[in-house]
Amino acid sequence: MPSRSQVSIQASTCVETSRGCRFLVSQRAINRFWKPVVFVACLVPLAVLMLRISMIAQFTLGPNPIEAIQDQLGIWGLRFIMLTLAMTPLRYAIGQAWPIRFRRMFGLFAFTYCSLHFLNYLVLDHRFDFPAIIEDITDRTFITIGFTALLALIPLAITSTNNWRRKLGRKWVTLHKLVYGIGAATCWHFFASAKKDLTEPLAYIAILTVLLGARIMHDARKSRVPAA
Amino acid sequence: MLIKRAADIKSSEITPHQHFVNRRSFIRTASLAGTGMLIGTGCSEAEDQAAQAPVTPTVDTRTDLLPNSLEDITSYNNFYEFGLDKGDPAKYSKNFEPRPWSVTVDGEADVTGTFDYDAIVGPHTIEERIYRLRCVEAWSMIVPWNGIPLGDLLKRFRPNSRAKYVAFETVVRPSQMPGQRRGVLDFPYVEGLTIEEAMHPLTLMVTGVYGIDLPNQNGAPLRLIVPWKYGFKSIKSIVRISFTETEPPTTWSLAAPSEYGFYANVNPEVDHPRWSQASERVIGSGLFGKRQPTLMFNGYAEQVASLYTGLDLRRNF
Repeated sequence: MPSRSQVSIQASTCVETSRGCRFLVSQRAINRFWKPVVFVACLVPLAVLMLRISMIAQFTLGPNPIEAIQDQLGIWGLRFIMLTLAMTPLRYAIGQAWPIRFRRMFGLFAFTYCSLHFLNYLVLDHRFDFPAIIEDITDRTFITIGFTALLALIPLAITSTNNWRRKLGRKWVTLHKLVYGIGAATCWHFFASAKKDLTEPLAYIAILTVLLGARIMHDARKSRVPAA
Repeated sequence: MLIKRAADIKSSEITPHQHFVNRRSFIRTASLAGTGMLIGTGCSEAEDQAAQAPVTPTVDTRTDLLPNSLEDITSYNNFYEFGLDKGDPAKYSKNFEPRPWSVTVDGEADVTGTFDYDAIVGPHTIEERIYRLRCVEAWSMIVPWNGIPLGDLLKRFRPNSRAKYVAFETVVRPSQMPGQRRGVLDFPYVEGLTIEEAMHPLTLMVTGVYGIDLPNQNGAPLRLIVPWKYGFKSIKSIVRISFTETEPPTTWSLAAPSEYGFYANVNPEVDHPRWSQASERVIGSGLFGKRQPTLMFNGYAEQVASLYTGLDLRRNF
């Protein structure tokens, strides 16, 4: 993994290449403009869902609204996990550091959507019927996997702050490698919950494979370079 | 030929108008409250209203079954021939042509051949049956079907003593059924019953719902309803009925033998490998609808349990 100084070298390379680029990805533009914009964009799926729930309920969520909410929150949780995992390969691909600056936000949104996905299951679907929920978690593999992935997201969300990062040092990097396992577990959870058509889960598994593959290839190349 | 109707019950008699009115306003209130709840505020008022609103039948006797709206029934169902999403059948079945229609009857019976729709349905009186429908996916509805007892129909073909099972087949029309152009299931969809199940007075060959012809998305023009079995047993758009000596293959048990068996009786004690069958979500009960306990044989145990004496229902799922 490149150090902070490498990142800043890449950023300054970008500054030299074009003025427009400097404006768009300068630290100031990212903090003051892009981060708020992306933050609001990340809330759009939730806002759309709220609108569908509130306006003309049954019409837009269909005759089984709880199932529709469950599916929407779940798929967006998975999408945000994929987005989080995509930031490092994107940095390698474009040779610029700015994607990393959005990684924490996507990660926290992944945690938010996954938590709401679970809350809908807990509150609206099962109404705190703990015996049934515990049976689901212990007896049904895809729920066991999904629940484990959600639990694993909690320490990552808690330690996502700058303070924690500083406090944990190198351990932070090791801890946050959990996200790969979470990505794989979430794909598995989606795959194993499908009834018959596996097209969509397989598409996410393919995306995950590409993202992890890109990382592995990059790391392999990097470890070769100093030896040469 | 004119189709006779048993007792012209209007749908307005089945579902009192005020239930629909109340239902809509309830759902609106409840949903607004629901938005509040999701962002972290309470919802005790909505809960109180849920308890009073006549949204779903709370008393579980047959006469008290309150049917779902025609909209629920016609917009949320599985019919993979038209797509995999439960909204797909309604969306993609518009070009399906349910007439002219004919059904081939073959196998262990004295009378076999191909019969058109009127020859199949004509001699019978169409009855209305308000049945529970329990999907294997753990949701349920109540549907006022119109149809003829399957046994009455089958007797006309005079099945012989070797007829131990009845097999059914759905039409194959990829040009009108977009789901058949994708290889998710092996089409034609096939299903089967034991001859005793087929002859049971509850088993219905359905021709309509709410007094109208069966909509395309619900399996026009002829489908089965076996109310004590999971929905996938109730095969749609039937073009072949075969009397057989051996147990016929069935589509879902071919596709996933560990998850779906030949019998597929509704049974709260035998779970699907991936979810519990102990309770079900009631379609139409909205955002605050409670799951209800699933009943043995979908509430028809009194009528059908004797068909299965001595059969291990856990093994023969």
